[in-house]
Amino acid sequence: MAELWEVAKLIRSKNASPWELTIDIMFDNQADYERAAGSFLARDTTYADIYHLDTSQIRVFKHPMALALKVSMPRPAPAGGLGETDVFGGQFHSPLVHLDIDDPTLFAV
Amino acid sequence: MTTVKAVAATGQLGTGFKTESLAAAAEGADFIACDAGSTDPGPHYLGSGATQSSEQAVHSDLSRILPIAVEHGIPVLVGSAGTAGGRPHVERTAAIVATIAQEQGLHFPFATIDTELAPEVVADAFRAGRLKPLYNAPELTVEEIMGTSRIVAMAGPEPYEEALRQGAQVVLGGRSSDTSLYVAVPHMRGIPMGVAYHAAKILECGAASSILRHYPDSMAAVLDENGFTIEPPNPDFACSPQSVAAHTLYENSDPFLLVEPGGTMDSSEAVYEAVSDRAVRVTNSKYTPADTYTVRLEAATLRGYRTVVVAGVRDPLLLMQMDDYIASATDRVTKKVKDSLGLEATDYRMRWLVYGQSGAMGALEPNPVIEGHEVGVVIDIVAVDQKTANAISSIAWHTTLHHPIKQYHGLISSLAFPFSPPSLEAGPVYEFSINHVLELDDPLGMGTITVTEL
Repeated sequence: MAELWEVAKLIRSKNASPWELTIDIMFDNQADYERAAGSFLARDTTYADIYHLDTSQIRVFKHPMALALKVSMPRPAPAGGLGETDVFGGQFHSPLVHLDIDDPTLFAV
Repeated sequence: MTTVKAVAATGQLGTGFKTESLAAAAEGADFIACDAGSTDPGPHYLGSGATQSSEQAVHSDLSRILPIAVEHGIPVLVGSAGTAGGRPHVERTAAIVATIAQEQGLHFPFATIDTELAPEVVADAFRAGRLKPLYNAPELTVEEIMGTSRIVAMAGPEPYEEALRQGAQVVLGGRSSDTSLYVAVPHMRGIPMGVAYHAAKILECGAASSILRHYPDSMAAVLDENGFTIEPPNPDFACSPQSVAAHTLYENSDPFLLVEPGGTMDSSEAVYEAVSDRAVRVTNSKYTPADTYTVRLEAATLRGYRTVVVAGVRDPLLLMQMDDYIASATDRVTKKVKDSLGLEATDYRMRWLVYGQSGAMGALEPNPVIEGHEVGVVIDIVAVDQKTANAISSIAWHTTLHHPIKQYHGLISSLAFPFSPPSLEAGPVYEFSINHVLELDDPLGMGTITVTEL
């Protein structure tokens, strides 16, 4: 088993415009990238579950050249508005950090 | 073969760069550009007219960019002036440019591009069906448009090209697509748009496409008809095919498609090759022109005035019932506000942020429990004016401070305030309120270009 942070070289989230959030999960070698790309981390259902969204709102991209997975989703409200908790959207990736990427029971579909 | 050498002074004007890096990059360069804006820090800057970087920091960067450009006789393009790129932001940055020209005895034709739009103009376009919603856009009405505090359009490269054609050497633009600054000159020289936009996307964050960006710094790329080669001018930095490819992910919802005013750049089949241990060659970037030329609109609308209370809670008996305590204190505060100020709960907004429980993620926190020995709380109050927000906050903190719990018999003081007064005025509160594109018949159909001699 391995937690995501032990395998990835960078896990980050950020606004992509004030209206969307995007998460980048980046690796420094092909083997680790493929391990993640073949796991629940590459499924839209995982993020729909974590962020209380419909799968139709989640876009998951595999970017083998960048050795990265990317996940984009709508913001709950435009950045910096009245109900904001994270203006830059920089901490929304946090629930992913300790996930065991080799656990087949996690976010099983 | 036509080549164009493009230089990014730094990723954001005011964040700094090494003078040696820019000077090295400027050798043989065709232009220097620098983005000065972002919506990342929120709607405050667009709404209020304020700038994130201090005038000193912007002066420091421009006072080093301008003489290098003048020395080499090449253009400088700065976009999204003053964080939000509205009229006050352009005017304030233009004043800094004029000050530097005077201080250093520099002379150049100077253009500004005003991309702020009057609400009436946007309302007319909305009525004419020329506003199209982007993803996750709010419902628009004429009233909402007319109620905005400021609207800006994100210029494409064309107004920059026009300013250069009119003879400007230094161009300072209002809100602009980050890439437009870097596309203008290559486009004028006949570089294909796929190459120009892909290089622009990599350049616009300065040294951020390096393997490890130790600090903000300059970046350079040489573009030709088949691709571009990017290499950091600073010998302490290096690019790899992966670091350059990975940069297309940054602050973009789609890592392969970059939607711009005149079309879409597609990097899904781009090829990234190491030229050396520091330089990367990128080829096979595609570009598809759009049927209709569109510019993205950004707007901020005033929603009220904020006062916040910051406090710590340490008593274990309070911590074990924090949710209930906040709910019952809020109930008590709501009643007192009604009695004292005559305001209903719907006349203002009050929320609690509980750090140590769910402060950072709010309703999306998957584990909203208190596991530590203390929490930090913020009581956030937004009301119709500052005086009202202050009045509500005084009731909120004082009422909560002495709000009882059943385990203790007698008056308690439940909140540890680090500041006196416990409330802090945070001023006007804005929200982003338009996420639409405006259709234009002519790319120069918006943006007022003014050229002066400095």
